[in-house]
Amino acid sequence: MSELTAKTIAELRDGFRAGDFSAREIAESFNAAVAAAKLLNAYTVETPEDALAAAEAADKVRGTGGLSSLAGIPLGIKDLFATRGVDTTAGSRILKGFKPRYESTVTANLRKAGAGMLGKLNMDEFAMGSSNETSTYGPVISPWRRKGSNVGLTPGGSSGGSAAAVAAQIAPGVTGTDTGGSIRQPAAFVGISGIKPTYGRCSRWGIVSFASSLDQAGPMAKSVRDCAILLEAMAGFDPKDSTSLDLAVPQWEANLSSDLRGKRVGIPKEYRIDGVPADINALWDKGIEWLKDAGATPVEISLPHTKYALPTYYIIAPAEASSNLARYDGVRYGLRDTPEGGNLDAMYSATRADGFGAEVKRRIMIGTYVLSAGFYDAYFTKAQRVRALIKQDFAKAFEQCDVILTPTAPSAAFGIGETTDPLAMYLNDVFAVPASLAGLPAMSVPGGLDGQGLPLGLHLIGNELDEQMVLNAGLAIEERAGFTARPEKWW
Amino acid sequence: MSVSSEQVRHIAKLARIAMSEEELDRLVPELNNILGWVEQLGEVNTDGIEPLTAVIDQKLRLRDDVVNDGDVRDDVLANAPDAQHGFFAVPKVIE
Repeated sequence: MSELTAKTIAELRDGFRAGDFSAREIAESFNAAVAAAKLLNAYTVETPEDALAAAEAADKVRGTGGLSSLAGIPLGIKDLFATRGVDTTAGSRILKGFKPRYESTVTANLRKAGAGMLGKLNMDEFAMGSSNETSTYGPVISPWRRKGSNVGLTPGGSSGGSAAAVAAQIAPGVTGTDTGGSIRQPAAFVGISGIKPTYGRCSRWGIVSFASSLDQAGPMAKSVRDCAILLEAMAGFDPKDSTSLDLAVPQWEANLSSDLRGKRVGIPKEYRIDGVPADINALWDKGIEWLKDAGATPVEISLPHTKYALPTYYIIAPAEASSNLARYDGVRYGLRDTPEGGNLDAMYSATRADGFGAEVKRRIMIGTYVLSAGFYDAYFTKAQRVRALIKQDFAKAFEQCDVILTPTAPSAAFGIGETTDPLAMYLNDVFAVPASLAGLPAMSVPGGLDGQGLPLGLHLIGNELDEQMVLNAGLAIEERAGFTARPEKWW
Repeated sequence: MSVSSEQVRHIAKLARIAMSEEELDRLVPELNNILGWVEQLGEVNTDGIEPLTAVIDQKLRLRDDVVNDGDVRDDVLANAPDAQHGFFAVPKVIE
């Protein structure tokens, strides 16, 4: 039944309901594919029994009309989501062995919808990275390779295990999280779709915190429809998250439409930046044509503070991270390292020195500095003011357009170990970060392959709460791009 | 503004991360690179702009003042590196 792993979630759902195959067959196909794909290093924990148990429950109720939306669908879960009784480590040594006694709201919602879990997915440590190289479990290897090369490529990050799992068909869909591009950039690198909803749509409760004013969960999957299906199940008001939006979840899947007549697509002139490969700008132009073909009208817009988004992000995100990560003190969970004869303070410092990797330490240091006495206003408050201007840029732009189209990332996937300078790594998120700072829904959909045979993504940014517009424009691109390329199996 | 190795040592202390001299030496230029880069925000005129603290406009909700959680001591302690007699155990704090 290996062909089951090639199907979309919508196809699996409909085929299961029609009796073409059982949920057990679906779960067994994916469990076998997961077990056979260890070279990718995508999963940190495999939970085949969880997927099977959910499948059996789905098979039992099939035909009774009592099926919930994801009955019979097994999913991969990013290691940032707390899963009851299953290791949840955020890709960090400091959380090794942590088995939460509770379930995150998002994964609880998915379970309520009938989904089973295939396992936990590898990621950059505490979601800090754009290549999955900062994980304590080692890098995820992308299933994609450059034409005629066997150099290992990154799947992007931080949701790198999530991206690789969908692209390699060892999960039909997965959860990701996006603080500054961590769903969209990896989705683009491996030729799949992924959406970050409006800040507050998905509860942050039970998701290991990185930068609380930016963190949002979202789905990654083979198609735009699958993203709509998953997001509907993940989203919803949660009193346990003080920033959760108290709004009903729209019927995104039922309202999918690629008819964009009367819609205006904003093309931000500041996103034409130097050093971006010609293939990427050419795809952007194609994307504009595709949306025109779907009935939309392109309009040039200006987002004047675009160039300040990344430096703003690299003050705000590390500041919030340094505060959030103060909880890893060796007392309540995870690693503890007590030097011989050391006092409490020595225990804290040794535990954190031993438990955090280099990038996490770097960001905690930056964050601690920008929040420290004498520098707070010059860095942190200044960044919050610029963030307000970035948000205003988008508010003005959405008076002139309904959705914004840009490239997702400034390059295709790069090789493992190729980018060693932290600043060069940060530039990966140059197109993704502004929407994060403004809390807006944004999505990457695959558009085509570059000259090396690697996937490139197109990026759609919507107005607050208008995930529907983003999904609809994504669908219009998906239908016209006809992206069916798959990595050749080498693992 | 740039940071000296003395300042980096102080930040590491504030952040409670033990660091060797080599690590501190490596971090000084790295942090200065990043800080030099973020300082371009100084070009932006932000006079009269309120700092953005909530990205989607919403009010902090209040809930009824009732007990809605608790009695989960064993769950709370379950992942502790060292739990004794129903408490978190730590190295001696008071001599």
